[in-house]
Amino acid sequence: MEILRIENLKVAIDGKQIIKGLNLTIHSGEVHAIMGPNGTGKSTLANVLAGKPGYDVIEGKITFLGKDLLELEPEERARAGIFLAFQYPVEIPGVTNANFMKTAVNEVRKYRQLEPIDAYDFLQMMKEKASLVGLDSSYLNRNVNEGFSGGEKKRNEIFQLAMLEPTLAILDETDSGLDIDALKIVANGVNTLRNPERAFLVITHYQRLLNYIIPDFVHVMYNGRIVLSGGKDLAHELEAKGYDWLKNGNNNGVN
Amino acid sequence: MEDNEILKEITDKEYKYGFVSLIEQEYAPKGLDENIIRFIWEKKKEPPFMLEWRLKAFRYWKSMHEPHWAKVSYPPIDYQDIHYYAAPKSYKEKPKSLDEVDPEILRTFEKLGIPLREREKLAGVAVDAVLDSVSVATTFKEKLEELGIIFCSINEAIRNYPELVQKYLGSVVPYTDNFFAALNSAVFSDGSFVYVPKGVRCPMELSTYFRINASETGQFERTLIIADEGSYVSYLEGCTAPIRDENQLHAAVVELIALKDAEIKYSTVQNWYPGDKDGKGGIYNFVTKRGICLGENSKISWTQVETGSAITWKYPSCILKGNNSVGEFYSIAVTNNYQQADTGTKMIHLGRNTKSRIVSKGIAAGFSNNSYRGLVQISKKAEGSKNYSQCDSLLLGDKCGAHTFPYIDVQNNSSTVEHEATTSKISDEILFYCNQRGISKEDAIGLIVNGFSREVLNQLPMEFAVEAQKLLSVSLEGSVG
Repeated sequence: MEILRIENLKVAIDGKQIIKGLNLTIHSGEVHAIMGPNGTGKSTLANVLAGKPGYDVIEGKITFLGKDLLELEPEERARAGIFLAFQYPVEIPGVTNANFMKTAVNEVRKYRQLEPIDAYDFLQMMKEKASLVGLDSSYLNRNVNEGFSGGEKKRNEIFQLAMLEPTLAILDETDSGLDIDALKIVANGVNTLRNPERAFLVITHYQRLLNYIIPDFVHVMYNGRIVLSGGKDLAHELEAKGYDWLKNGNNNGVN
Repeated sequence: MEDNEILKEITDKEYKYGFVSLIEQEYAPKGLDENIIRFIWEKKKEPPFMLEWRLKAFRYWKSMHEPHWAKVSYPPIDYQDIHYYAAPKSYKEKPKSLDEVDPEILRTFEKLGIPLREREKLAGVAVDAVLDSVSVATTFKEKLEELGIIFCSINEAIRNYPELVQKYLGSVVPYTDNFFAALNSAVFSDGSFVYVPKGVRCPMELSTYFRINASETGQFERTLIIADEGSYVSYLEGCTAPIRDENQLHAAVVELIALKDAEIKYSTVQNWYPGDKDGKGGIYNFVTKRGICLGENSKISWTQVETGSAITWKYPSCILKGNNSVGEFYSIAVTNNYQQADTGTKMIHLGRNTKSRIVSKGIAAGFSNNSYRGLVQISKKAEGSKNYSQCDSLLLGDKCGAHTFPYIDVQNNSSTVEHEATTSKISDEILFYCNQRGISKEDAIGLIVNGFSREVLNQLPMEFAVEAQKLLSVSLEGSVG
């Protein structure tokens, strides 16, 4: 089933065009990776999908589960099933992880026309999902991301992903700042959450993460466009040749 | 740029308590002179010592100047353009029973969620309802009398227990204390009086609900609470006022006296009309609140949730005179739109091994200014004393301000003082993060504000904690787009 369709997307920030005509279609069960050098528009794409303010969509169309995504507020997109694992998760003063997640889970449940979650079930669910990424249950009573190490913050993102059960999960540079052990934990969490109904869009600068989360499709983004698409082997090729290979124009996909 | 959009979208959320009741009022003529004071004294049928005291206060007040050290600004107040007395015309005396009370007044308090009729009374809470200058009803009076607890309007206390009043009135806040306290002493018309006898633990919350209804009127209430040796009392006050374009002055004085081993817990949920989104109208809340721990091992605890008023100028304080006495101050002050708050506390340590604890949470939104001002003074004789202060500020948007002015004065070296302060901002990044998890901006702010305020909310009596929590969210509604 088709989950997401992006057609000829053009996006500007403060009048400067960052995404210059991007097309991408994602079906359920698929894992798509987007690679590319810094400043090429990868994170912009993630933020536009999530509805972050400050981005001007000047042209194009995004359809999510048959709906015009650009018409929806960020919280409506989240409830409808879009999850963004942030590159830089923020700290929320005064709000515990447990309280935060309970509010979020109940918003998603309300959208799906379900009753608010029972307190006992919620606790069980939290413990189960926290263990998936090796977070101790004492984390749940601490304020969201406050005093968390870089690795803990990223694991917390995957924990939230597991709690909210989205249809499309976008991982924005989730591997940045992680050592190899933390990377394996995060990747293992993501792999456990792969299923035929859910799709992933994995944004990364390095091929390293894709050794652990094996994608079905790899897209290379350069200068605001997808310039090359292929299977998982494309990631290895790119790693071997480096991004200069793109910049030098030795590829027929680059204009 | 998002911030600007957010601020532009500040909505004009209606103040829920802004209605005016059509009650026929009797006013004193506008202005203030010795004749007006005699008029109030006569209206209140007070004994002669009160006239003398009021006039002394008035003469002293005339020699004083309005204080301007607080971080607030407002146009000059014309003290001759205010009615200093307003009362419902329907009765000359305080009604003996609720049957004698004007139904419109009962409806007013019902609308505010304060039913006064016997069968609808709030369970576990005794209420004294004050409308403009007079107390209109006090519930559960008889039940409290069985325990020897006196809970009545200050006016009744002056007439029925003059020796108690004469002994304690002005003993903690003398009329010479400050400009507004002097004014209050001269013209106060009503308020609440509590006396808890030796060894009695008051079994219910005592509460006064203050309502300003009349226009161009100042409200000057006076509260006096005395907890005799080994007694305990928890007291709560709430306040609202109609929406009006004018600024109205509210200058109250509260005095608490805790004798040996006694404890007084005083909670305030202040929701006077804050003015509209452009800063027009609203109450000037210039209040002097002070308690004295007179006896050993006594304790006074102030908890305040301040969401209303155009300007708040208020420093509920403790004088820790008895050895081993304890003073506490827990505060949440919320300012939105063009509200200004300069609030905090004074902890004056005089006795040995006295302890004080200050937890202040300031939340500023819109174009508002929110200041904490506090003094911790430990005298030479107050050996082995301890203070802990924590002042946290939370900012919404970038047009508001939070300020902290801690003054510390320690005169011996066996005492310890700790001060911690933090400032956080609810940034657009935090709001977007919450949005991305399916939580709307308003709910995200509610979540953060309640988490931020938890430590103080926990201090409130249960019946009011939930109300206060709702009030916080309502006060900040519309502070982001």
